[in-house]
Amino acid sequence: MKLMTCPLNGLRNINEFIFGGEVTPLPALEAPDQEWAEHTFYSYNGTGVVREWWYHSASGYWFVAERDRTSDQIIKTYDPSELASEISTPAFGMGESSAEVTS
Amino acid sequence: MSRQAAVSRPRLPEPMGLMLDRQQSVEFEFEGERILGVKGDTLGSALLANRQWVWSRSFKYHRPRGPLTLSGHDANSLVQLPDEPNVLADRHLASNGISIGGQNVNGSLKKDKDAILNHFGRFMPVGFYYRAFYKPKGVWDWWEKQIRVKAGLGVADLSFKPEYYDKAFLHHDLVVVGSGPAGLSAALKAADNGADVLLLEENPVLGGALTYSEFSGCDNPEQLRQDLVARVEQHPNISVMTEATCNAWFMDNWLPVLEGKRLYKVRAKQCVMATGAYEQHVVFRGNDLPGVVLSSAAMRMMKLYAVKPGERAVVLTGNEDGYLTALTLKQQQVKVCAVADMRQESELSAAEQDLVSQLVSMGVDVRFSQTVYEAKGDLHLKSVELRTITSPGEVGSDYEIIPCDLLCMSAGYMPAYQLLCQAGGQLSYSDERAAFSLKNLPENLHIAGSVNGIYSLASVMRDGERAAIQALNALELASEPVPVVECHKKVNFHWPIFKHPKGKDFVDFDEDLQAKDIINATRMGYRDVQLVKRFSTVGMGPSQGRHSALPTARLVAKATQRTVSETGVTTARPPLTPEKLAYMAGRGFDPYRQTAMHHRHLEMGAKMIPAGLWMRPAFYPAADQRLQGSEASPLLPKARQIRNACIENESSHVRQKVGLIDVSTLGGIELRGPDAAELMNRIYTFGFLKQPVGKTRYAVLTNDQGVVIDDGVACRFDEDHFYVTATTTGVDTVYRLMTFWNTQWQLDVDITNVSSAYAAVNLAGPDSRKVLERLTDQDLSPEGFPYLACREGFLAIPDSEQKIPVRMLRVGFVGELGYELHVPARFGEVLWDLLMDAGQPFDIRPFGVETQRLLRLEKGHIIIGQDTDGMSHPGEVALGWAVSKKKPYFNGCRAVDIVMKRPQTRKLVGFVLPKELVAQNRKPEEGHIVLSGAGADAEITGNVTSCEYSPTVNAIIGMAYVAVEQSEVGSVFPIRVDGGAVVMAEVAALPFYDPEQARQEV
Repeated sequence: MKLMTCPLNGLRNINEFIFGGEVTPLPALEAPDQEWAEHTFYSYNGTGVVREWWYHSASGYWFVAERDRTSDQIIKTYDPSELASEISTPAFGMGESSAEVTS
Repeated sequence: MSRQAAVSRPRLPEPMGLMLDRQQSVEFEFEGERILGVKGDTLGSALLANRQWVWSRSFKYHRPRGPLTLSGHDANSLVQLPDEPNVLADRHLASNGISIGGQNVNGSLKKDKDAILNHFGRFMPVGFYYRAFYKPKGVWDWWEKQIRVKAGLGVADLSFKPEYYDKAFLHHDLVVVGSGPAGLSAALKAADNGADVLLLEENPVLGGALTYSEFSGCDNPEQLRQDLVARVEQHPNISVMTEATCNAWFMDNWLPVLEGKRLYKVRAKQCVMATGAYEQHVVFRGNDLPGVVLSSAAMRMMKLYAVKPGERAVVLTGNEDGYLTALTLKQQQVKVCAVADMRQESELSAAEQDLVSQLVSMGVDVRFSQTVYEAKGDLHLKSVELRTITSPGEVGSDYEIIPCDLLCMSAGYMPAYQLLCQAGGQLSYSDERAAFSLKNLPENLHIAGSVNGIYSLASVMRDGERAAIQALNALELASEPVPVVECHKKVNFHWPIFKHPKGKDFVDFDEDLQAKDIINATRMGYRDVQLVKRFSTVGMGPSQGRHSALPTARLVAKATQRTVSETGVTTARPPLTPEKLAYMAGRGFDPYRQTAMHHRHLEMGAKMIPAGLWMRPAFYPAADQRLQGSEASPLLPKARQIRNACIENESSHVRQKVGLIDVSTLGGIELRGPDAAELMNRIYTFGFLKQPVGKTRYAVLTNDQGVVIDDGVACRFDEDHFYVTATTTGVDTVYRLMTFWNTQWQLDVDITNVSSAYAAVNLAGPDSRKVLERLTDQDLSPEGFPYLACREGFLAIPDSEQKIPVRMLRVGFVGELGYELHVPARFGEVLWDLLMDAGQPFDIRPFGVETQRLLRLEKGHIIIGQDTDGMSHPGEVALGWAVSKKKPYFNGCRAVDIVMKRPQTRKLVGFVLPKELVAQNRKPEEGHIVLSGAGADAEITGNVTSCEYSPTVNAIIGMAYVAVEQSEVGSVFPIRVDGGAVVMAEVAALPFYDPEQARQEV
């Protein structure tokens, strides 16, 4: 069984983690159906290093791992705040009543 | 009384017989004959001491077979115990009174009626089964039975009693696999530097080759072994496990170790594999005759078990070990008739020339450039035919016959590569050394000793220390320079394969494969070694290629004009040795979660059923109706009758009076913070921004594909405080989804899964308000606490100042006036007792999950996961009303748009069956299919999701997916039930019960 370093909990058995898919931004809400379908059903299946979401289920913590898909080596793991600029809140944002609270 | 077995001969004197305790004897039966051994004997060594050399019959030709390795590494030694087939005779300790037999035999081992197959070999060429029995169609079904009888491997005991097996976990800095000189040195070096070491050995004693081998340059290997073992056993940092097999290597040094009836899951920070090497046989005609053994097997017979392996021996060698074996045989009074060295005299090292001089001076006939071309005999070796090697694999026409009863073979070694190849190691072949070596190992895995191609004893021990230093450096327990250990000792003869025109020159003993079978496989186009394996079955037997991989690689390389490195060996996969399923299963262990009120249910005799990870009451049978064991099977009419009666009674009671159900297994998620409503709004389909404080709202969750995956009740207790329930099995997914998105959105809200922090009940029925009034001063009037409202408050404990905090939800899942009461889990049992006491005047009774399922079915409420499947979008299950059209986003919103735009193909509807079916007991079951119409060409249009007899409606009612054109109220559709019969169901308007909501909104 593999080991993975959780940024919050340290080195743990891989069966404590749940895979959350590749880090990919959502399409724009007005994007065509085809683009949403591709985002939902197609995932990258090539080689190289990818950024993936992983969840430590015992502590309920999401983080990001960079993994080499050829060697299956986990290169590094880190808190998602390091990705904040790339995954910031999308435009669909705030509804009417909470706008005043959050603005 | 001491009885001597007629055939047993005296053992060799000490110090031979390391494993034996000569004071105690052991007696057992083999094929009906009495076998007398001593304590410490394996079945195999006792058999040999009693001159029993035929242990089994071969797989295909039923040839007699005996010991080859005497180390549990070949399939010749598989015997049948009364309750267990395929037991390794040379591994299994002899014990008093057992009765063992040969396997794969028709008659007795000595007179096997199927031995005639030996003469039909030319009619059974490689790939014979595949080529002979496939035409005409169906013929294989008949042939398979015949072949299974002739080619079986032992008899399973079908009346076996399961035994206790379990699992344990171990964690060590360093695990050393193998306790030969390399493993012992590695363990000591690492432990001396502070590493916590686990040393694994598959045999009962430590020492590996030191226990049975001789070494040039070491006069007393047993003394060396005892010194090393004493240091290991006294070392506080070393744990030792003997008779323990490391059966695989998994990523990051996760090692399954089998010992006794326990599977250890060992996690090693660093690992040293000192797994040794398998001695290899020479391929020539008759190389499988009992009496033809590896040199190491003859050494084991003498040094471990004090068994004299023969009277007249011939040694066939290509390295030093043959000479050392010949010397030991001489010392033990075995006549060594000849030593045939396959090499030319000029190839010998100085040390080897010394050994030759010693033997010659003792009068031993040593020859060079000669091989055994054929071994002859019937049930045992009688003579060998020696010929001169003219070129690799070829011999001259002159021959000499030497009578003998023992032939020892030393053709070289194959590193024990299996675990290392599982770890990603690659084998490469050196033509100069005629041997495979391993490279590309993971960083935390090291090899030492003969598996690393190091053979001279001093170098082997230095190599163990070198590997330990690598591990210590990685553990940061040392920072020593890693020494270079080299060994130029050549142990492999480059071509120990002498194909005979008449065959029976075995490459693979397990599968009865001869040299020509491998070559013919390549001629039929199977050039890749993997294809050769699949076509010829080479390496597929119980010994998994330990002795066939190297000659196969050499033969395939030569036949296809490639290098041995290019040819390689077939993939080694876990497990290394056959592994009983009991190891995987471990002990019977089904953990489940208990609610805070679990013991109250048991006290009331509830029939408990699993629900996700929990146990829940299904219903509460009366004292005389509590079935136990197999009687309780729901397939039996009596159990079904009791179930149906209980559900009927409990449901009527809830409809007429008041009932109480434990709903603690519901999930609960707490959202607190200024953005709590915003998060709810982005996750669930409904609008939640304007949800008033003190009100609940139905919450539906869809996934990325627009499928309904969960539902619950969202309570708003404050502007910035939501408490939302989720299904028992879905709450973890819901919580994970919420945190996943909020990790990205960074809304100002805390999300907490409080499922196990709360216990909950649903108090339901016309009298529920009266029960609750006795416990709280909360205004429970229809105006003060209306339907779909929620409140936080307290329940008073009568005759006490104490009270317990409670969240009260007026929900209508079962369709009556009712209150869901959520309290901190530690008050769960108190809550149950309070309500049962307060409800006594109103004849309160508990009801179970099965009753609740009926009650909600009568109300047409769906259960996610039962009435939905992996394709159910909100439109199919009539939840379109719960999907907000006015907000910009919710989880899965674009997918919901897309799937709901498409023409709908099916719909979930309620149905009623004709009344007469109740009496006929022809209730459809969940999962039965709905057809498009009558007739044989009818198509499947849907399936039944819920179905139950409703005493309230007095009919069998249910819900089913049907085609859209079948979904109008009043239309009739067919359901195919068990046995292929069809019943006609009529679509009914939902709900079946109280469509005006008069009963729950009071």
